[in-house]
Amino acid sequence: MRILHYINQFFGQKGGEEAANYPIELVEGPVGPGGALNNMLGETAEITHTIICGDSYFNENEAVAVAGIAEIIEQVKPDLIVAGPAFNAGRYGVACGRVGKLASEMGITCISGMYPENPGYDLYKQTAYMVETKNSAADMRKALPNMAALIKTFVEKGGKLGMPAEDGYMPRNLRVNMFAEKRGAARAVDMLIAKLGGEEFTTEYPMPVFDRVEPFKALASLKDAKIGLVTSGGVVPKGNPDHIESSSAQKYGEYSIEGIFDLTEETHETAHGGYDPVKCNENSDVVLPVDVLRDLEKEGFIGSLHDKFYTTVGNGTSVSNSKKFGAEIAQKLLDAGVSAAILTST
Amino acid sequence: MKLEVGNIHVKELAFGNATALACGENGAHRVEIDKEAIIGFIREIDHRITEVKLDIALPGEATRIMPVKDVIEPRVKVEGKGHMFPGRNAGENDIVGEGRTHVLKGMAVMTTGKVVGFQEGIIDMSGPGAEYTPFSSTLNLVITCEVEESCNQYEHEQILRTVGLETARKIGEIAKTAEADEVNTYETKPLLEQAAQYPDLPKVGYVYMLQSQGLLHDTYLYGVDVKNIVPTLLYPTEVMDGAIFSGNCVSACDKNPSLVHQNSPVIHELYEHHGKKYNFMGVIVTNENVTLADKERSSNWVTKLAVQQGWDAAVVSEEGFGNPDADLVMNCNKLEAAGIKTVLLTDEYAGNQGESQSLADSTPKGDAVISNGNANMIIDLPAMERLIGHDTYVDMIAGGTEGSLRADGSISIEIQAITGATNELGFHNLTARQG
Repeated sequence: MRILHYINQFFGQKGGEEAANYPIELVEGPVGPGGALNNMLGETAEITHTIICGDSYFNENEAVAVAGIAEIIEQVKPDLIVAGPAFNAGRYGVACGRVGKLASEMGITCISGMYPENPGYDLYKQTAYMVETKNSAADMRKALPNMAALIKTFVEKGGKLGMPAEDGYMPRNLRVNMFAEKRGAARAVDMLIAKLGGEEFTTEYPMPVFDRVEPFKALASLKDAKIGLVTSGGVVPKGNPDHIESSSAQKYGEYSIEGIFDLTEETHETAHGGYDPVKCNENSDVVLPVDVLRDLEKEGFIGSLHDKFYTTVGNGTSVSNSKKFGAEIAQKLLDAGVSAAILTST
Repeated sequence: MKLEVGNIHVKELAFGNATALACGENGAHRVEIDKEAIIGFIREIDHRITEVKLDIALPGEATRIMPVKDVIEPRVKVEGKGHMFPGRNAGENDIVGEGRTHVLKGMAVMTTGKVVGFQEGIIDMSGPGAEYTPFSSTLNLVITCEVEESCNQYEHEQILRTVGLETARKIGEIAKTAEADEVNTYETKPLLEQAAQYPDLPKVGYVYMLQSQGLLHDTYLYGVDVKNIVPTLLYPTEVMDGAIFSGNCVSACDKNPSLVHQNSPVIHELYEHHGKKYNFMGVIVTNENVTLADKERSSNWVTKLAVQQGWDAAVVSEEGFGNPDADLVMNCNKLEAAGIKTVLLTDEYAGNQGESQSLADSTPKGDAVISNGNANMIIDLPAMERLIGHDTYVDMIAGGTEGSLRADGSISIEIQAITGATNELGFHNLTARQG
């Protein structure tokens, strides 16, 4: 197992704050805390290379730094990347986290260590395994053995770590699948007995708290308004040209309705897999009301209908994807001078 | 209502000269299927059937079955009124759930074919996908059935549904005179007697939510499409005789094949501690319709019926996700507001990496939730030596994306596409945790 270790200028023995602009340097073998860590790893793994980079340099030139480190990873081809420990050093923690995200994108695991309140944990916890440390480098003598233990476990388990508490890293705020000893129905009845008896039990899924979007203030007049249409009902041009998924959508579509007054069986259909599609395939206006809005446009009830519509499939699509699509669509509507949008769901 | 369920443990399944229960290796039960006779039987079910093929798929084989429409367990009434999967045929309207029923345990009848478009399930009999489906460990008789092109989607679904149920029932008949390897007895008394039997124990029940969102999202209760019911009461044993059966398979991970209803897991687990930890009073079946008015009406009725029976607590299971999350949350809020404690069973759509929140609706009252896994997890399914059914739709099925099916026959897909992977009746062991 070959490890690439990322450390900052201070632990790389280049100096303190005055050396924080130190650019990326690649050296062979372990440096600073890497030496002790390497010894603890024994035969399990070896730190073959170390990247030293100034904290200010990384954070002020993030794109350049990330590209440089990506090149080094390509060249060194490590089996595992270790970053830090960063304790409560904010810029160092953020850099370690960002290196973890890069590693994850390149299909390599990153193990780091930091204080839970380090912003690097909050920003990047989903893309690295982070060992909890205290808030200062005085904790080095505990942090390193903990990181070494996690690396050893990682190797022993063939790269598949168990749950945070079991293997000693901080929660990543990810939902992870596993097989339980008892089937779901038996666990439900056990939980029911505990809840009835007033005994303690742990829910398997803490219900989320939703953010609420305040409705926009009402339009003063519809006569001058440009109205947009957005749907999660999966209406697409016939043949679904961008292959929007029938469930768990990974994209949304932007399609022209310029000169279109009616959606028909010949022109449009739904890509949505979660409802009876027969009616929508016969007449997609029932989900995306182009016909009615064209009438209103002709009558002068609304100013105009925006000549593009936005569409995705809501079926099984994660909230994280939905949020991303929503923000992009909203920006496009704003840029096009759309005054209000009608959102239809199914 | 009292039902004895006699299990005949089937260890071998093969084609033979007659459809019969035979003696296999070391005296084990062996089911033999007269292929031509069963094909003839199926062809007689509906004249619009154009093609029927029978295959046997056994655990450990390099076999992929897809798209899977339904999975059904062969059972037969030995004593007592009624017919398996009642309410469909003339003269079959008796109430079931009483007397004695025999089960060919360990085998299943599956239906496949070009199923109404693009959304159905995968069952791998070996490899990484096999772990995620409970039906990789059953001995499967697979019916590939095609129909005339003139059939619309509703007719097509109905024909395949009937083929599965009738064939399982036909094969179940061979268990009628067999000696059962084990017999389990389940009993729930009429309401007042049941309440009086364990007066000091808390009263609990089961809220059984059934898919009713439309084509390929429908479920049937005594032959009635449950989108047309108001919530009603059942004796738990009725489901063991097929009172509830499936008409859905879309996003196959969390739809209940008929076999899961026949072996309804929450009902069986509630019977385990009945009379010891609580008094299991019965079942409320309800639907998951798509309009707000229907959701409000059904959740109001669920709570009314639970209060009427004096329940102290309930297990509530969902079927499906997204839109039915709203039904789950309404049922939870209204039951808890009526002083009835709830435990909810659901699954999660947390994104491919598990990075997202998992449900489309939420309530702080839902403090006791069983998770049956994250359906968005991606799995790599290697190519198999044998394919039963069709794999041409993989890119388009729920859980698939462009390029899911590779040229070599391997598939990269969300476990959403695997039949039973995140079953929300808690039939299987998959779960998700904060990691």
